[in-house]
Amino acid sequence: MKSAATAGVRWGRWTFGAALVVLILFTLFPFYWAIVASLTSDAALFRDPSLWPRHLIFDHYRALFTERDFITPIRNSLVVAGTTTIFCLIVGTLAAYALARIEFRGKAAIMGFILAVTMFPQISIVSPLYLLLRSLHLIDTYPGLIMPYMTFAMPLTVWVLTGSIRQIPKDLEEAAHVDGATRVQSFTKILLPLAVPSLATTGILTFIYCWNEFLFALSFTLGPERQTVPVAIALFRGQYQVPWGEILAAAVVATAPVAAMVLIFQRRIVQGLTAGAVKG
Amino acid sequence: MRKISRLGHEARIGWSLVAPALAVIALIAIFPLGWTFWESLHLDELRMPWLGKPFVGLANYIEIAKDPRFWAALGHTAFFTVVSISLELVIGLFLALAMNRVFRGRGFVRAAVLVPWAIPTVVAALLWRFIFESQGGIANALLVDAGILKQPMVWFIQTSTAWVPVILADVWKTTPFVALLLLAGLQNIDLTLYEAAAVDGANAWWQLRHITLPLLKPAILVTLIFRTLDGFRVFDLIYVLTGGGPGTSTEPVALYTFNALLQNLRFGYGSALSVVIFAITFGLALLYVRGLGVRLGGEES
Repeated sequence: MKSAATAGVRWGRWTFGAALVVLILFTLFPFYWAIVASLTSDAALFRDPSLWPRHLIFDHYRALFTERDFITPIRNSLVVAGTTTIFCLIVGTLAAYALARIEFRGKAAIMGFILAVTMFPQISIVSPLYLLLRSLHLIDTYPGLIMPYMTFAMPLTVWVLTGSIRQIPKDLEEAAHVDGATRVQSFTKILLPLAVPSLATTGILTFIYCWNEFLFALSFTLGPERQTVPVAIALFRGQYQVPWGEILAAAVVATAPVAAMVLIFQRRIVQGLTAGAVKG
Repeated sequence: MRKISRLGHEARIGWSLVAPALAVIALIAIFPLGWTFWESLHLDELRMPWLGKPFVGLANYIEIAKDPRFWAALGHTAFFTVVSISLELVIGLFLALAMNRVFRGRGFVRAAVLVPWAIPTVVAALLWRFIFESQGGIANALLVDAGILKQPMVWFIQTSTAWVPVILADVWKTTPFVALLLLAGLQNIDLTLYEAAAVDGANAWWQLRHITLPLLKPAILVTLIFRTLDGFRVFDLIYVLTGGGPGTSTEPVALYTFNALLQNLRFGYGSALSVVIFAITFGLALLYVRGLGVRLGGEES
């Protein structure tokens, strides 16, 4: 009887392990294949695709920066995502501090409102934003992307940051208050230094969302000068056929920084994402 | 008396700190939403500026009701949402249960599954498009080698097979997020419940059905809301993978609206489509929150 139960447990553990391995392979395979293919010549790739790399070449990466100007979309993405993130962090920190630390009426309503805005579909404001940006002559400019990006970046920043600051213990601030510190002092001298990791995590999340954004960048740019990385990659065209080698090289280049950030800050990002999202 | 004035003072500080963020959101998100509605009551063809911009009342909405391409797009969106979310919930639950256990390499698993979530959707779509490409696509090569397919298949030429890479790519990209939300829910469950059940001789399956799933219900519902709303605004993935094709047979509502606006420059009609999408998403969210009694985080209750 007992040995049957043990066998059942062992069998369960094996299936569990096997299923997990299959899932991990499924997760990693597209990355592996993209890297291998980006290092293979187009001729070899289309004649006889092989799972194992044979002759590795760097031609596609070289072409990306010589024949194509892939530096421009990278610069555009950095400028747009960077500016949006910094602006949202500054404005968002004030709001998050109030929402996490000050008791006032209407707070629940504000949180509900912000959550509702994070959920509404981007496509529903493309038409007025297009007309607005056109009348301000901001189509195909940096401000013409940064402004629309605030629509999703601002609520995201405030929401994640509020959840994150709430988890910082209040004791030090309360002690400082008893000692006669003003609110400004307890915010700048005590909370802000403690909140640096929260700010970093939120900043990374906001930056990733902006870096990955596609619909607005596609709608509000006209040509390669202001296109961001996702738009540039999606619209890659070859003269005769789809330039898969270069597309995959570009995909690897666009993904590497994001993947690196996620791997390094994995634990914090998970906390930031789920703080406040789920409460039993 | 002093207490009241103190509270009033606090409220003033609170509101003034929140004001800039609220102003930004109102100005660039809420005001445009109102504008979309106003625009949707007009005829506004940017291709034909000589028509002007006459007020047409609900004419655009009546056109939508009679537009077969809209109803088809709505059907595609619903199909995509239901199929991909069902798969993601099942696989995500398994992953969450796995990550909740202690085993060697758990940190690696958690990091590995997070990467697809973090990369641009456009890149994810391109990776899967390349895998399913008819010429040189590795999916064909593997399936033929394994004897499942007799000859290479042209996946993107038929509606039924074009959905395969679309759904796979979405499951691949979003399951990690689902797993993380569920994992956060799992970690709130009191472990002593399992210990008590184990003492009473309950097996793992019983524990899953009678402890884990009931207590995980709030987390599952929140995940369901997030994912349904995501599914209904799907755009990037299908734009890159199928372009809505073959024909318009995989076109979701967001892509149809985008085409009406920026391909055909029909701003009145496109705005009406936008309003309809907004109303559907809003309705779904309300339905979930009211009907299923979900409490969203934010305020401690």
